[in-house]
Amino acid sequence: MAQMTMIQAITDALRTELKNDENVLVFGEDVGQNGGVFRATEGLQAEFGEDRVFDTPLAESGIGGLAIGLATQGFRPVPEIQFFGFVYEVMDSISGQMARMRYRSGNTMNAPITIRSPFGGGVHTPEMHADSLEGLMAQQPGLKVVIPSNPYDAKGLLIASIRDNDPVIFLEHMKLYRSFRDEVPEEAYEVELGKAKVTREGNDITFIAYGAMVQASVKAAEELEKEGISAEVIDLRTVSPLDTETIVESVKKTGRAVVVQEAQRQAGVAAHIVAEIQERAILHLEAPVLRVAAPDTVYAFTQAEEVWLPNHNDIVEKAKEVINY
Amino acid sequence: MKRTTEKIAEQFETFQILNEEGKVVNEEAMPNLSDDELKELMTRMVYTRILDQRSIALNRQGRLGFYAPTAGQEASQLGSQFALEQDDFILPGYRDVPQLIWHGLPLYKAFLFSRGHFIGNQMPEGVNALSPQIIIGAQYVQTAGVAMGLKRRGKNAVAITYTGDGGTSQGDFYEGMNFAGAFNSPAIFVVQNNRFAISTPVEKQTAAETLAQKAVAAGIEGIQVDGMDVLAVYVATKEARERALNGEGPTLIEALTYRYGPHTMAGDDPTRYRSEELDNEWERKDPLVRFRKFLEEKGIWSEEEENAVIERAKEEIKAAIKEADNTPKQKVTDLIGNMYETLPGNLQEQMEEYKAKESK
Repeated sequence: MAQMTMIQAITDALRTELKNDENVLVFGEDVGQNGGVFRATEGLQAEFGEDRVFDTPLAESGIGGLAIGLATQGFRPVPEIQFFGFVYEVMDSISGQMARMRYRSGNTMNAPITIRSPFGGGVHTPEMHADSLEGLMAQQPGLKVVIPSNPYDAKGLLIASIRDNDPVIFLEHMKLYRSFRDEVPEEAYEVELGKAKVTREGNDITFIAYGAMVQASVKAAEELEKEGISAEVIDLRTVSPLDTETIVESVKKTGRAVVVQEAQRQAGVAAHIVAEIQERAILHLEAPVLRVAAPDTVYAFTQAEEVWLPNHNDIVEKAKEVINY
Repeated sequence: MKRTTEKIAEQFETFQILNEEGKVVNEEAMPNLSDDELKELMTRMVYTRILDQRSIALNRQGRLGFYAPTAGQEASQLGSQFALEQDDFILPGYRDVPQLIWHGLPLYKAFLFSRGHFIGNQMPEGVNALSPQIIIGAQYVQTAGVAMGLKRRGKNAVAITYTGDGGTSQGDFYEGMNFAGAFNSPAIFVVQNNRFAISTPVEKQTAAETLAQKAVAAGIEGIQVDGMDVLAVYVATKEARERALNGEGPTLIEALTYRYGPHTMAGDDPTRYRSEELDNEWERKDPLVRFRKFLEEKGIWSEEEENAVIERAKEEIKAAIKEADNTPKQKVTDLIGNMYETLPGNLQEQMEEYKAKESK
């Protein structure tokens, strides 16, 4: 075991898979010699060579096409989109093409591609860097969308994503890159895709969260504990497909739920989770399922992040609303 | 001092071997093809012309679905495909079904593609191709990846892709060529300039005098070729292939051609935007007419031979439509089953739901 930040765990997962499978190729803008704008690919080109880890021209759509073409030749591409706000440039390659590869070929071809991309607020980035756009990806059949909230999960989920034979969008929250360390095993291990984790057990209310909102939910749960309210926190880890079973099981136990996301209320995946709960557990609910989400505006100007982004106080407030319904 | 645009256009003069009368105007560039190979080229062009006529008729009868006519483009489609080897990988656009067929896609599958059946998109083992791309330009960026992959695998093969004149305005068109250039990948980019993107003439796509010169932006080779001259298209593709395999990088080939029919069979009416004069002018350039004259002059083609090809085409088309008719209907469970290697929970549930429905 070693103490690692999330970014170190990600680099470690990439190194593990580059070593494990010679078909794995890591490429993108500045991921080679530079080691990535966040150092996620630091040292990988030196260790594995320019054939395995390489820079590309500055064109996201081209990067997506490159990944698809390489997949047809049996490679396992792990491209990077520098910031997920730039996904609009490559929406066709992702949603229009790789997500449909297996289906459109009648299961004769596949796209074992893992797209890594940073996103998320709280670190004062310029425009179009921090936007939460996982909701767009979650609506596309053929994709899996993975969002780790800690170093241990990041490594295990990334290894599982790279080994998956269908395309995976792996979103890395920038605020979580170096915010804390965690025990991370040095060997290869997988965290199963599509499986949520109960991060904190509780009996009175369920918080369903992902990304940076997991920590915020835990913090909210700790505050509520002082007031005698026991909150259970579920970390989705994969936002598409949803682990409906874990969610429903928890809600049946607590009878109350709040879904927490950083994305705007009209975006993200919270509405989908609410819908699944009402279809599967309505008779167990003591109160409506409420959502914590950002306002339905364009992502905040840098200096407005603090007042705009959802935080633990919003969760505490919303939880009390549900409890006192 | 010459304007930059003039200087550039001068470098992209149309490459031609056979003129409209079937006379060799560029003896030096003549490919080294045997009589049998020359006849095979003609056979394929005649067959494909018949396939187009029958496909239009079958579409009108409601026995085919989506269909993009190909008549007029036989030289640019088949001359380029003829220069390929089996290991080469084709990324076709939606009008490029003939190249797939001559690369090994069974005819009945081409018909299933037209109708909208997943079996039509299942390439047989050893047929290196993707099914026709509907998103104009997407095939270009993907070609850069396929070509890089072929090179990394050490294969003696190229990736070839096709788009139209309108497609050269897309961002993916530029990105694909630029990536292949930057990585020096063995790719051939073909632009079939049939002068119209649905109703929009090529003059409204760009101020560039040729489309071939767009290669300059990627720093790769570009050539403009008479796309109604099957020998010229063959030679241009063959040379591009050799350069690619010699590590000299990708090539952009602009083939000047024309589609005699509508854009697609989905209600497009070319008389709304094309003059009869223009149609007549291009019909005089018909690739079959000039190649037929050339072969007859050599004494290796006859009306009987041509009729035999036509009869064979009609019979095979009939048999293929029958085979398409006999293909089992698609079920929702088939579609669900083709989504992922391992079905996620939501699809497992839906699979059960539809299994129950289908067993009723």
